[in-house]
Amino acid sequence: MSNTSSLSTAVPSLQRKLEGRALRSILLSTLVWVSALVASVPLFSVLYMLITRGGARLNLEAFTELPPAGFEMGGGFGNALVGTFFMVGIAAAIAIPIGILAAIFLAELGPSSRLANTARFAAKTLTGLPSILAGVFAYAMVVLTTGTYSAPAGGVALAVLMLPIVVLTAEEAMKMVPKIMKDAAYGMGCTQSQVVWKVVLPTGMPAILTGVMLAVARAAGETAPLLFTALFSNYWIFHEGQLEVMSPTASLAVLIYNFSGMPFDNQLELAWAASLVLVMIVLVVNVVSRIVGKPKF
Amino acid sequence: MDKPFVVPAQPDSVCQPPSTLDFLVDRSFRAMSRAGVILILALVVALVFEIGHKAIPGFQKYGLDMLTGTVWDVNQQKFGILPAIWGTLYSALIALLIGGFFGISMAIFLTQDFLPARLAAVFRTIVELLAAIPSVVYGLWGIFVVIPAIRPLTDWLNGAFGWMPFFSTTLSGPGLLPASLVLAIMILPTIAAVSQDALRSVPMKTKQAAYGMGTTHWEAILKVMVPSAATGIFGALVLGLGRALGETMALAMLVGNSNQISLSLFAPANTLAALLALNFPEAGPSEIEVLMYAALVLMFITLVVNVIGSLIMAYAQRGARK
Amino acid sequence: MSATMQQVAPTITPAKVVMDCKLDKIFYGDFLAVRDSHVPIEKNKITGFIGPSGCGKSTVLRSLNRMNDLVEGFRFDGHVHFLGQDVYGKGVDPVVVRRYIGMVFQQPNPFSMSIMDNVAFGLRLNRYKGDIGDRVKAALQGAALWDEVKDKLKVSGLALSGGQQQRLCIARAIATEPEVLLMDEPCSALDPIATRRVEELMVELKKDYTIALVTHNMQQATRVADTTAFFSVDISQGTRTGYLVEMGPTSQIFDNPREKLTKDYISGQFS
Repeated sequence: MSNTSSLSTAVPSLQRKLEGRALRSILLSTLVWVSALVASVPLFSVLYMLITRGGARLNLEAFTELPPAGFEMGGGFGNALVGTFFMVGIAAAIAIPIGILAAIFLAELGPSSRLANTARFAAKTLTGLPSILAGVFAYAMVVLTTGTYSAPAGGVALAVLMLPIVVLTAEEAMKMVPKIMKDAAYGMGCTQSQVVWKVVLPTGMPAILTGVMLAVARAAGETAPLLFTALFSNYWIFHEGQLEVMSPTASLAVLIYNFSGMPFDNQLELAWAASLVLVMIVLVVNVVSRIVGKPKF
Repeated sequence: MDKPFVVPAQPDSVCQPPSTLDFLVDRSFRAMSRAGVILILALVVALVFEIGHKAIPGFQKYGLDMLTGTVWDVNQQKFGILPAIWGTLYSALIALLIGGFFGISMAIFLTQDFLPARLAAVFRTIVELLAAIPSVVYGLWGIFVVIPAIRPLTDWLNGAFGWMPFFSTTLSGPGLLPASLVLAIMILPTIAAVSQDALRSVPMKTKQAAYGMGTTHWEAILKVMVPSAATGIFGALVLGLGRALGETMALAMLVGNSNQISLSLFAPANTLAALLALNFPEAGPSEIEVLMYAALVLMFITLVVNVIGSLIMAYAQRGARK
Repeated sequence: MSATMQQVAPTITPAKVVMDCKLDKIFYGDFLAVRDSHVPIEKNKITGFIGPSGCGKSTVLRSLNRMNDLVEGFRFDGHVHFLGQDVYGKGVDPVVVRRYIGMVFQQPNPFSMSIMDNVAFGLRLNRYKGDIGDRVKAALQGAALWDEVKDKLKVSGLALSGGQQQRLCIARAIATEPEVLLMDEPCSALDPIATRRVEELMVELKKDYTIALVTHNMQQATRVADTTAFFSVDISQGTRTGYLVEMGPTSQIFDNPREKLTKDYISGQFS
């Protein structure tokens, strides 16, 4: 026999009421939405400026001409584009082999040894190095010893910035290779190097490539390390029939920096155009790294 | 060393021990790999040594006075980097307050079920793209977009609240605030990414326990999720600070390069990195000694902050694993 | 009180023993994992290792091809006689030992390469100068996988089903015709149908190969093993140390075990 009429306590309502807690919730959610949108504005503003001001100045001339002097019209950043590719290439040639070799040691050959732990900590610390100090270092090591500003000096500075990224991402990539796959290789009688070459590297390659490309994108955009290592140049690197490597070299980043402070409209427009090209390069490399990075297992 | 396992030769057996070449390759490859690791350590040592070594003459000449001096005049051979140290710390602090707020907010936004997966991916991409934009491009944008955009606000603040030390001057162009704002945008991705990781590593059980008790969405976030991820989020802030301290180009282009110490957000200032960027290219040998000293100071500050950040993160990850 | 060394079952002919494991102690750091086990592996027979979990059967199996060397703190006191030498002898390189012994693992683990490259892996590793295609076909046929994959040899090994992947791993292991094939619970990750196929395969394989098999499934041992070694756990010293209780022809172990412990395990008193 049910006796609902004898219930003396009131049943609490399970419905929502717009009071203190709920109101606070709505306000906070609005705040978080608004701040996410506000944080997105700079990206769109930058892209907008690049496309409108940079795009306006982008033509074949911009890619093929040398930088204009003060009151000149026209001109381009052709040599700066070449210089960027050249120096990033030098940096990659240094940082990628050393980085991957070191990552192999950290991931496979001696993962828990004291040497590995110290090196890992060193690499992590290097990721926080201000880029200008990489430039100071390359200045001391290369410019002072060779007596000249040069492309290799710039390349070394960029390599210092790329190396920790390559090492740490490659190590992670190799650690992701399933242990059972490595066990199979050991079980077949592979030496450690064979396990690395035949199984770990090929299997982890997509993720390693992603890391490498991110490092390259970072290096391409850096200015500070190049300011007093490669300086700048208004000439092509291939100059009067010779490859002028051991002399100041232009780069997109330094061009943008130099021109941004000039009172001439022509230079400013070129700075925007160069920025557009630089950002395009960085974005394309980022996107490609993501496509390439699909794992194979 | 290990001798090969000598096996009676069976002429038609496929199984073969590794050849001498295989063993040689193995040895040398492992040695090269070890060399790579040693090179990294050597790089760090060389970095500290080169800069430290070249800083000694500067230190010998000016000693600790340079840390407290406020005048930088090449002609008079007077070098004081206190304004630069001040600017470095002040700009980083403001950037941290702004970037920290927006970064943590974004991290909460992306991890606490505010968005369907697709939209979350869009915002995550936006944050990654923010990180990809080169510093010098931010500087250019800062000069032509940020400074004109905030000038009305700064003029109003100066007019209405000029008695407060923070708003005591007018914004004539480059200054501390525009530089700090751009810096905040630049460290936001770092703070957001690390905070996201921290929030994501809060165990599912904790999350379910909170909701199971009938908390609202926000009560769960503010009273359970964020406190659980607190160590990681704190680490994110420290790492963001480290990045802010070391940032060069955007600051060099926006901070005004003026060696003065002022609490005003609108006054031009200087940072250690910007000081180096501006003076190094044209410096003569005596100035270079001093700049190396300044570089050493910058390296020391960023090293300490980054190491603390790494230790906090390592501590946070160990805590999450328990 | 010390346990006695297990006596070799009278039906094992010393001349036909391909691999003879005389184990005193196996340590992981300070932990004594296995003790006092004599396990001879006979040619062209399937020797099954059975026992409750923690009895060390997998550890013993992996000690045979020195796979445990990859584990920190592993130490083996004893001998494993193989090809006229002691596998744990001074100066012996485990990499060489493993060339002559094939291993199939609990989880199917094909490499992230094509089926062809997976099976050819061992052949290329051993610098085989003959026709690799022929050998790959023979191995896949031997593993009862050829008909299913002959048209898609370029497809990634990881695209196959679990049972097919395990047969691919078997093909990979037998491509080089190793002296001994070690199988560590090869069916535990497979569904019953795939399990049955692999068991049928094992019975076929023993005509050409010598197999040592670890299984946690007693019935599997009755179905495929010629000789069975029963391991158990000794907790008398305060730690869990595995040891060989009894070894003999499968029919004898299951119908007429000598030790009471064996009888209890067989009848399901513990597992």
